[in-house]
Amino acid sequence: MNAHPGNDLIVAPDDDGIAKGALLMDVKNVSLAFGGVKAITDISFDVRKGEIRAIIGPNGAGKTSMLNVINGFYTPQTGTITFRGHARRAMKPHHAVRQGIARTFQNVALFKGMSTLDNIMAGRSVLMKRNIVWQMLWHGPALAEEIEHREKVEEIIDFLEIEHIRHTPVGKLPYGLQKRVELGRALAMEPSLLLLDEPMAGMNLEEKEDMSRFILDVNQQRGTTIALIEHDMGVVMDLSDRVVVLDYGKKIADGPPDQVKADQAVIDAYLGVSH
Amino acid sequence: MESLHSILIAPFADMAAAPDFLIQVVWEGLVSGVLYALIALGFVLIYKSSRIFNFAQGIMVVFAALTLVGLYQMGVPALLAVILTLGVMFVLAVTIERVVLRPLVNQPDIILFMATIGITLFLIGLGETIFGGENKRMITSELYIPTGSWMLEPFGGFVSIEQRDVTAVVGAVALVVLLLIFLNKSRMGRAIRALGDDHQAALSVGISLSTIWVIVWFIAGIIALATGIAWGARAGVSFALEVIALKALPVLMLGGLESVTGAIVAGLAIGILEKVFEIYWGQPLLGGNTEAWFAYILALLVLLVRPQGLFGEKIIERV
Amino acid sequence: MFYRIAGQYKTSYKADYALFPVRQDAILLAIILLVAFVVFPLTASDFTFRALLIPVLIYALAALGLNILTGYAGQLSLGTGAFMGVGAYACYKLVTIFPEMNVLVAIALSGFFSAMVGVAFGLPSLRIKGFYLAIATLAAQFFLVWLFQKWAWLYNYNASGAIQVPNTQMFGVTVTGARASALSQYFVVLSIVCVVTFFAINITRGRIGRTWKAVRDMDIAAELVGINLMKAKLSAFFVSSYIVGIAGAMFVFLWRGAAEADLFDIQLSFRVLFIAIIGGLGSILGNYLGALLIVALPVIIGTVPAMFGLPISSAMVEHLNTMIIGALIIGFLIVEPHGLARFWAMIREKLIIWPFPH
Repeated sequence: MNAHPGNDLIVAPDDDGIAKGALLMDVKNVSLAFGGVKAITDISFDVRKGEIRAIIGPNGAGKTSMLNVINGFYTPQTGTITFRGHARRAMKPHHAVRQGIARTFQNVALFKGMSTLDNIMAGRSVLMKRNIVWQMLWHGPALAEEIEHREKVEEIIDFLEIEHIRHTPVGKLPYGLQKRVELGRALAMEPSLLLLDEPMAGMNLEEKEDMSRFILDVNQQRGTTIALIEHDMGVVMDLSDRVVVLDYGKKIADGPPDQVKADQAVIDAYLGVSH
Repeated sequence: MESLHSILIAPFADMAAAPDFLIQVVWEGLVSGVLYALIALGFVLIYKSSRIFNFAQGIMVVFAALTLVGLYQMGVPALLAVILTLGVMFVLAVTIERVVLRPLVNQPDIILFMATIGITLFLIGLGETIFGGENKRMITSELYIPTGSWMLEPFGGFVSIEQRDVTAVVGAVALVVLLLIFLNKSRMGRAIRALGDDHQAALSVGISLSTIWVIVWFIAGIIALATGIAWGARAGVSFALEVIALKALPVLMLGGLESVTGAIVAGLAIGILEKVFEIYWGQPLLGGNTEAWFAYILALLVLLVRPQGLFGEKIIERV
Repeated sequence: MFYRIAGQYKTSYKADYALFPVRQDAILLAIILLVAFVVFPLTASDFTFRALLIPVLIYALAALGLNILTGYAGQLSLGTGAFMGVGAYACYKLVTIFPEMNVLVAIALSGFFSAMVGVAFGLPSLRIKGFYLAIATLAAQFFLVWLFQKWAWLYNYNASGAIQVPNTQMFGVTVTGARASALSQYFVVLSIVCVVTFFAINITRGRIGRTWKAVRDMDIAAELVGINLMKAKLSAFFVSSYIVGIAGAMFVFLWRGAAEADLFDIQLSFRVLFIAIIGGLGSILGNYLGALLIVALPVIIGTVPAMFGLPISSAMVEHLNTMIIGALIIGFLIVEPHGLARFWAMIREKLIIWPFPH
């Protein structure tokens, strides 16, 4: 019950020894197929420390599959992912978390029966170490640890402006707030790389603006590197430093927003030129 | 060495030495298997059409049999009692739909499952309150079910086949065939299958969910009555049968919750294997009565290899 | 009026984490403990102890164990009865092999045996999910009860096949066996239950409890926030089976006095499951309310109609009891799936804001 294997890999985001702008993650020649269906074909791209990297593409382009490969939920058939210098192909998702990769989901994946506070505290499970004997006694080390982490979580709650729903079960919250709680849970993991899967899907304009602000603040104030999938082109082009474009599981463009916007292959993919 | 021999060789030597006895054992197992398969079938129907894990299926078997015998003991002629029992099963289906399912629609699966445990308990209590808790004799001959037995003489030995068991097997096969025809050819049957594939889609083509649920539970009730008669003829009728009725669960899991074929194959397999295991391994080596757990352990082992059961649909996890 | 939280400000997180952040809850608990430790022992009859108080406490403890697995960690179990049996037989063997051992120590140790068996049958939960998992616990249920019958070493080769609890003493007072008084057994049961409940509350509200609830609510998401599913599930099986095991040991040693294998059959598993459902899955308090209802119900059915001149036979009491419990389960699931515990929570909310409706 004590000491998770791989705990030594946990490093706070700002002191992981990688300079801003240096290579944080390198995805090389990754392919993924389910049975005979190819989801991703031979994709390579990199993510640099401190940037906001967008992955875009039409529906079914393989974007979510790509995130699932990065955080270990799917195992690709070929290719390697080098994260902070460690190369790997297969790993368990909880190992990915311990290496500093956190994410949110396209369809909100919160713990519906738990309060906002508990959901975000659950994000810190990996960082908490008191074993079951201390937990049973509660008073003493377990409580001290709980309070220490509660303080960190309250900072996140303040930052995301969700103080008023602290004790509300998340199942009862409106969608926009659920998305925000989910971002909070991912932040609580203190990731070096934050994966956001359509953080603004289904939101109205005001909620989108709020969310954009939170993403930029996370990136600038906390120095967290972000890779995100988003359908709203305006948002993507405004937020991101570099964009990689997928279509039918293949990479068709990669570069700064302006360059990608002008790329003929990207225009074709989005306008639906027949293949 | 000694023990390896008694586990790996001696049982098979026994089988080869007395093939007639082996046939007898397999036949006994087959008959139980047919009845397991029938209970599991009623279950699969309900699961397919409503995603409800109906724990009460086994108890419906006992309840139906008890109602039949109880009515007969109250002086109702046997055949009329069958018809009245069918009526009771229909009322039961309507009541369950109205009182239990309708208020609980869209609740999590686990809640509906618990509710069927509640139904199980309620039916046991109701049946015992009305008809009493003691073991009753099934009205086999009154229903014109032959009770004699045939003697076969294969391999120079002899095998005894009860005519009521043959009737049960023939009846079960007929019931399954009718059910398959109903599911595949009738409008209602197709609606039930559509519901299994996609709730929303089925609703959008104008099929009333309540009607379907009532019909499905009623069909499950008919199957329960048939199973109850066959089983009661072998073992008498009381709620002590509950433990046997629970065996439909490993049958289901082994077959896969949604597969009609799976229920039948797994039912027969478990019926035969548990009998053979009991006779050739359980009694000589383990002190007997292994039928109490064999089906569960077998299903568990198979599920460890195939978590969705032998015929279940593969589960793909997504986020 | 009595439940005023106005004026009770929390100025630190530590205060927010007190066992009872609201003062009135603490007062209420103090009253309940006073009644349990002082008033009952002074007033209750032997019959009340043996027919009501002791079984309520023991069933509540078993339901608490099951609730940790099913209510908190979301893993359905239909094998509670057999796990109670493991605890009981383990305790019996410990006491007969080491007659000098304090019975409290034996009970505490016997929990580890059921915990280990629980983890073994919990291993399939890593691969098998949802309803399919019910088969693993059913397999445990039927296999273990069969083992209790066939493995004569477990019951010391008694001709009857039953285990008979020996007389044991603690601080000079006989607490188990035929010579033990109901009062002394009640005190032992009450003390154990209080301690275990305190530990259970702490575990469920801390990191481990959150991990379990996360697995229950969405196991894939739990894995993706870094929770090790194997550890979370197996720790739930361990803790749950431990509590269920000591409840089983107490069931035989401090209440029944003797046991055969059949005592731990699937009916017992269901009775404990019903207590957890009616009390409220995912709650600690609910187990006590549920146990009180389930244990008291047959007593009420047996005595109340008789008071009105309608004596009913004991068989009828049992049948009616079964039927009413079935109806209660359905009724609760429809009206309030979170059981009696949620009812109390709602009443408490109302009391806090009383006399205003909102």
